[in-house]
Amino acid sequence: MEQKMICDKDFYWKLFKSTFLISAFTVGGGFVIVPLLKAKFVDEYHWLDDKETLTMVSVAQSAPGVVAVNSAIIMGYKMAGMSGAFCATLATVLPPLIILTIVSYFYSFFATNHYVQLVLKGMQCGATALILQVMYDLLKKQWKKRVAFPIVITIGTFLANYFFNFNMMYIVLVDALIGLFLLQDKKYD
Amino acid sequence: MIYWLLFCSFCWVGVFCVGGGYASVPLIQHQVIELHHWLTMPEFLDVFAISQMTPGPIGINAATFVGTKIAGLGGAIVATLGFVTPSFIIMIGLAKLLTKYGDVGAIRGILNGLRPAVIGLIASAGVMFFTLAIWNTQKIPNSLASTDLSGLLVLTLAFIAVKKKIFGVIQTLIAAGILNLALAFIIK
Repeated sequence: MEQKMICDKDFYWKLFKSTFLISAFTVGGGFVIVPLLKAKFVDEYHWLDDKETLTMVSVAQSAPGVVAVNSAIIMGYKMAGMSGAFCATLATVLPPLIILTIVSYFYSFFATNHYVQLVLKGMQCGATALILQVMYDLLKKQWKKRVAFPIVITIGTFLANYFFNFNMMYIVLVDALIGLFLLQDKKYD
Repeated sequence: MIYWLLFCSFCWVGVFCVGGGYASVPLIQHQVIELHHWLTMPEFLDVFAISQMTPGPIGINAATFVGTKIAGLGGAIVATLGFVTPSFIIMIGLAKLLTKYGDVGAIRGILNGLRPAVIGLIASAGVMFFTLAIWNTQKIPNSLASTDLSGLLVLTLAFIAVKKKIFGVIQTLIAAGILNLALAFIIK
């Protein structure tokens, strides 16, 4: 990032609040939270840009650990150093910690209550809509660039993951190797 | 030293959990059931079920559940901390590496390969969630008989709300939950 971000109290509060709420309201876990963080940090607050976010998510995806937590750590670090990383990690981890502690006491109520199920189902639909929106956005931007190779990788990765159920680790490894040998040129940035 | 044991167990899960959420399930199972006998198999399946309905990765959910059961709230915190610590160290290391060598040809090549891959993975997650929300299956269904119409309506409205920037991300999620509940009353 060219200009230094202003990391005052207001920034940390916004970072904590938005990450906490996204983590708390995103049913489904894992990869779902990532497009949501992007929607918040990139589209709403303009703290990061698209390319940075994709780079960080791809690193988070390839490293050990869960992608939601990894993304929060690296995004927080990128925006505000160590304290940003701590802030974002705490905000990602706390909601499941709190909610699960509560739910484990009321498990049978929670699992069988019709109204709770309906609200959760609605939130799941909402999260789906958000992912689809981010997906549409990213695909459109990529298509507009008119560079064939990355588009082929995207389609190949999609097919391998969705239709052929290949282990995500191997898919990511293959894509990294393709990049290493074929995509070093600046035009693929 | 039960706290230390909890911390180390989930640290181990955190280190070897490669390749996304469900990859951690067999690791957790190994630590929690086979090695330390902290949970029984039915309890573990409960954690899995709760994890599907509540926010958060299964790793953190399992850490919280096991920690609470073995050593109360302190246990939950220590286990979660153990699960996250390896991630934290590795990600900070990688972030520093990227800032320093992000422009080196080989690294740039790898990143140029990974970025479009992530778009593909997001697309895959999107389609999977769509079919899961509307037809309750991860794959494209053979017949449209079991279509959840109110779910489809909620999803469409939420999509429009976000696309047209009527709602922010979090408001959309809350509104979608409430709308689905309201629809159930109206249709009934």
